[in-house]
Amino acid sequence: MLFIVRQIGAVTTAHLFGMGRGFLFLLSAFAWVFRPPAKLRLIVKHIKEIGVDSLSVVVLSGAFTGMVLGLQGYYSLRKFNAESWLGSAVALALLRELGPVLSAFMVTGRTGSAMAAELGTMRVTEQIDALYSMAINPVKYLVSPRIIAGLIAMPLLTSIFNVVGIYGAFLIGVELLGVSSGSYFAGMEGSVVFQDVYSGLLKSVSFGLIITWVCCYKGFNAPPMATGVSQATTESVVLSFVLILVWDYFLTSIML
Amino acid sequence: MIRVIDLYKNFAGHQVLKGVNLDIETGKITTIIGGSGSGKTVLLKHLNALLLPERGQILVDGADITRLGDRALNQIRQKFGVLFQGAALLDFMTIFDNVAFPLREKTELGEADIRDKVSERLRQVGLESMGYKYPAEVSGGMKKRAGLARALVMDPEIVLFDEPTTGLDPLLGKSIHQLIARMHATFGFTGVMVSHDIPEVFKFSDRVAMLADGVIQAVAPTKEFVVSENPAVRQFLRGELEGPIEVM
Ligand SMILES: Nc1ncnc2c1ncn2[C@@H]1O[C@H](COP(=O)(O)OP(=O)(O)OP(=O)(O)O)[C@@H](O)[C@H]1O
Ligand SMILES: [Mg+2]
Repeated sequence: MLFIVRQIGAVTTAHLFGMGRGFLFLLSAFAWVFRPPAKLRLIVKHIKEIGVDSLSVVVLSGAFTGMVLGLQGYYSLRKFNAESWLGSAVALALLRELGPVLSAFMVTGRTGSAMAAELGTMRVTEQIDALYSMAINPVKYLVSPRIIAGLIAMPLLTSIFNVVGIYGAFLIGVELLGVSSGSYFAGMEGSVVFQDVYSGLLKSVSFGLIITWVCCYKGFNAPPMATGVSQATTESVVLSFVLILVWDYFLTSIML
Repeated sequence: MIRVIDLYKNFAGHQVLKGVNLDIETGKITTIIGGSGSGKTVLLKHLNALLLPERGQILVDGADITRLGDRALNQIRQKFGVLFQGAALLDFMTIFDNVAFPLREKTELGEADIRDKVSERLRQVGLESMGYKYPAEVSGGMKKRAGLARALVMDPEIVLFDEPTTGLDPLLGKSIHQLIARMHATFGFTGVMVSHDIPEVFKFSDRVAMLADGVIQAVAPTKEFVVSENPAVRQFLRGELEGPIEVM
């Protein structure tokens, strides 16, 4: 009995310590952003990497998400004779919810996992030690630029996802199923307000933070052994997905 | 002068160092030998505080580096050049950029001066035509040599070498040893080397220390060390399976 209690206690404190370390990691990454010399060049490089790596999957998944929304939306709305609302239904679903979440999933799978693997490899092959030994702070050099890049790149990719998705639904709803193109866009214009766009982008910025933070943290602290990298990569993807969904619920309930 | 005083280190309950004491003399090359997994790399990484002990002190020129803040520690670390066991070149930049990296990050040198200095170091390690390649594109021996060039590019006072020749063919090993000996003659740095390359490495070591069972079993000038009566040293140098050191 006592053993069980002790085990639970040990696991709980281990998790709490882990969370504490994660937060300190994030704080130090931000603190290093503001210490000169600035690493603008690195931030731009990582924005480029995130963008180039993830653009194709984001466009592809955006297109198909939009097309499915076109089909499903048409099917549901027709039951109420409300096909003309297809445009606004698709736009609201994408802008407020599906765009940020699904594009964040894509970026996690494509770029986040790569970040965890890169940093994990650097840990296992002593490259992070090498940076320390050259009196260069690896958090400043490797982590801070990636987190800032994630904050900037994520809303851009989400916007692309949204645009492509809306066009995908247009293709199916208007070109294929015969909803009038005027009502598709007019309905959208009439019902989407600035808050919808803004809340979606705010979500995607915070998802960008979650992805880069979790993936960098897991990679940076990969256990120094052969399986360390794969372990860090898997954990970072799973944890990012879960945190994105949980945080999405909280944000939605606050901003609705 | 580096003094290691009563150093203890464990990883998750596995006690690797159990009270290491070692003095490393300025301007000399001290070689640490010992079995695989005996903690040589761990000991080496304590010397510039890449690892922190749970007990004990490391004095570098009198300052205990286990208790320093970031800024002071970074100043000490800049006295060191390190050749890691796996070279540890940054894999997202070329060999040239790797060697140039400490100069670009830590000095005010202009790009032309950096180019001269890096080219000189690359020439010294025989890699002048390889600068444009990425670490993943060159052999293990070339990585080691590039790592050596990077370790020496800041003209450090102290250089740590973790197994500079392990995994290389005997000729290449010899040439790396010669290189280290030549660089040492030129720059007069304090060298701490971990090596399995016995007896080759004794040719240019001033002192030899042996690590086993978490402590330094013996340390002496090379000439005395090779004729040491210490049972652990004798067993290790002769490669006998019977003796005070337990072989798996
Ligand atoms: N970061 C770490 N986390 C956990 N255990 C570690 C860590 N670093 C080293 N160890 C353990 O410490 C022991 C000594 O390792 P070390 O790398 O110092 O051996 P070594 O003497 O350098 O061996 P080799 O000659 O094979 O390089 C090993 O059992 C290793 O598993
Ligand atoms: Mg080692």
